[in-house]
Amino acid sequence: MNLNIKATKENTYDAIVVGSGISGGWAAKELCEKGLKTLVLERGRNVEHIKDYTTAMMDPWEFPHRLHHTNEMREKHPIQSRCYAFDEATQQFWVNDKENPYNEVKPFNWLRGYQVGGRSLMWGRQVYRWSDLDFEANAKDGHGVDWPIRYKDIAPWYEYVERFIGVSGQAEGLPQLPDGIFMPAMEMNCLEKHVAARIKEQYKDRIITIGRVAHVTEKHNGRGPCQYRNLCARGCPYTGYFSSNGVTLPAAAATGNLTLRPDSIVLEVLYDKDTAKATGVRVMDAHTKQTVEYYANIVFLNGSTLGTTWIMMNSVSDRFPNGFGNDSGQLGHNLMDHHFGVGAGGEFDGFEDQYTSAGRRPNGIYIPRFRNVNASTMQKDYVRGFGYQGGAGRGRGIGNEGIGVALKESQTIPGKWGMGIGSWGEHLPYFENKVTLNKEKKDVNGLPTLDIDCEFKENELAMRKDMQQSAIEMLEKAGLKNVHGYDGAPPPGHCIHEMGTARMGRDPKTSVLNGFNQVHAAKNVFITDGACMASSSCVNPSITYMALTARACDHAVSELKKGNI
Amino acid sequence: MHRRDAIRNVAILLGTAISASTLSALEGCTGSAPKNYDLHTPQTKTLVAEVAETIIPTTDTPGAKAGKVDEFIITMMNDCYKKADQDIFLDGLKKIDEASKKKFSKVFLELTPEQRTEILTEIDKERVAYNKRENKKDGDPAHYFQFMKDLTLVGYFSSEPGATQALRYVRVPGKYDGCVPYKKGDKAWAS
Repeated sequence: MNLNIKATKENTYDAIVVGSGISGGWAAKELCEKGLKTLVLERGRNVEHIKDYTTAMMDPWEFPHRLHHTNEMREKHPIQSRCYAFDEATQQFWVNDKENPYNEVKPFNWLRGYQVGGRSLMWGRQVYRWSDLDFEANAKDGHGVDWPIRYKDIAPWYEYVERFIGVSGQAEGLPQLPDGIFMPAMEMNCLEKHVAARIKEQYKDRIITIGRVAHVTEKHNGRGPCQYRNLCARGCPYTGYFSSNGVTLPAAAATGNLTLRPDSIVLEVLYDKDTAKATGVRVMDAHTKQTVEYYANIVFLNGSTLGTTWIMMNSVSDRFPNGFGNDSGQLGHNLMDHHFGVGAGGEFDGFEDQYTSAGRRPNGIYIPRFRNVNASTMQKDYVRGFGYQGGAGRGRGIGNEGIGVALKESQTIPGKWGMGIGSWGEHLPYFENKVTLNKEKKDVNGLPTLDIDCEFKENELAMRKDMQQSAIEMLEKAGLKNVHGYDGAPPPGHCIHEMGTARMGRDPKTSVLNGFNQVHAAKNVFITDGACMASSSCVNPSITYMALTARACDHAVSELKKGNI
Repeated sequence: MHRRDAIRNVAILLGTAISASTLSALEGCTGSAPKNYDLHTPQTKTLVAEVAETIIPTTDTPGAKAGKVDEFIITMMNDCYKKADQDIFLDGLKKIDEASKKKFSKVFLELTPEQRTEILTEIDKERVAYNKRENKKDGDPAHYFQFMKDLTLVGYFSSEPGATQALRYVRVPGKYDGCVPYKKGDKAWAS
């Protein structure tokens, strides 16, 4: 008896955070800084900042396959290797697909990083604030449920996050893409400047701005600045971009309140029906396979959208026979991604006397949403909208026919300038796009897997036509030649913005979380990763997860102090 | 998304150009194959080294041999290509010798540098004609010289001498200027 009490005490913290990726790292920092003894549970291995970035300083010729995929890499990572950021230098940060299977009811690329830092190591680093155009969208057009918050609720938290992580960008004063607190913008190159000027001349409703990116372009809190190597997904020894490993977890650790436990697979959230609160979580050690329980007053689930959803679905009790907090029946439903992989590219005649410096800018240009933003831009064929990311550059080499001295010389000088833009579109929340627990098919640990059943529908497909056509039109109007459109039609998941399976809402009957990301039916459980999203907007989501997390942590500690949770 | 599109889109997004040859080399990296013994014979290595050196010769900067392009090609063929493509490649080496014998009555390694250039120039024209053929279908085999040439270019320009001497390589640039004057003859940046 005494032993049990002792063990319970040793395993008790003020707060538990499940997951150490982009939102889990933020929860850890905020809760630790507010004085809570916080246990962070990460299912994957530890990745220590800098020390474990084993490929970060390697030159191209040090890789036997010069970064290309080998047959062996493809066998171990048949799905992860579909990702643009997967290569010989980053493969260690992507899951082994054989050990971590899921079931594609319809095609879905589930791209994952199971390690301390999660996908914050390999993320795309583009950060854009949402606006009320996004937060009001569900209420206005009737898709999904109304967001329980508006821009004014999150705006101060965007600022709080931006000041800490460092965001480089250019203020533009657009209502649909609010400006943030920006460090100096990265520079556009000659062709990008030219195209931006032409677009401004020819369109009243759209602009080209430099990408807003979580890179510090000046020294910031001892970090950086960015060295323009563009090797980010290997981990940055300069801490030039934001990652949990380099920024939030060290801040959490500095308080003395952080306990980080890697190799800890959270199996379920423990629930006490008498208090209607969670008491902790049950964990499987990834190596010993032994289970252990940890207890806390507050539980934050930040296991990434589908990881968190899996934990909720696997947490079954008399009170929650259909998954933790799932009184609404919405858990696992309304899965969204962004639809992308569509756009246009072209060549440019000119600027032969211009080039870029040696820097490899880890960022592109951005064309903010210009459809369905006001009465004059409403579309007949679809609701919501899209933005473009892209970039111009001067290629290497002029032609590649022939062999010998002439070929060699032609390949050692810059070639033509070219530019491409690709579009990211909003994916509506559809109830029938869902994940369910499959207890027949098990993973390497004998745990249930997820069936993923998700698709793009008429609204997305109609939008894609405009995404391609508008891209072609803009590049042609800007004077590019040989403009070609493309639509690679990647399946959902490929954009790595999966979200929405435990959505926030005003009504417990139709949503899983309230306006502060609390599970309606268990107020000391918070979900602030992508699972909480009630719609998808068309901008990259990570900074919104970060801001929602900081806001929820503030609320959690305030409620804790008041004795409300 | 087709891999070709994916690569192209990423290349465009990052503002870096990627040559058609690189694209097709990457396209080859599919499927799986056992280690191929024939790729590892000294004869194969020597012939690959000399063919690569003919494609990218030593000039005022080092050539393919100095960049150990032969090792790269054999590693890539072994680890990244499927058996059918390995066979096309190995068969192609025989075809280079056959073409050499037909024209000069000697195998490729016995030819003078000028003769080697002449033979491979003809084969490259054959490659271009093959790629422009009518009735192209998905899944058609690549021309054997496509692999040889693509891998030589990729391997050389990502090798240390290729990147740092034939091109300009700055390991830690530290800054980015979007518009700088370009003087004719300035070398391109390695990436």
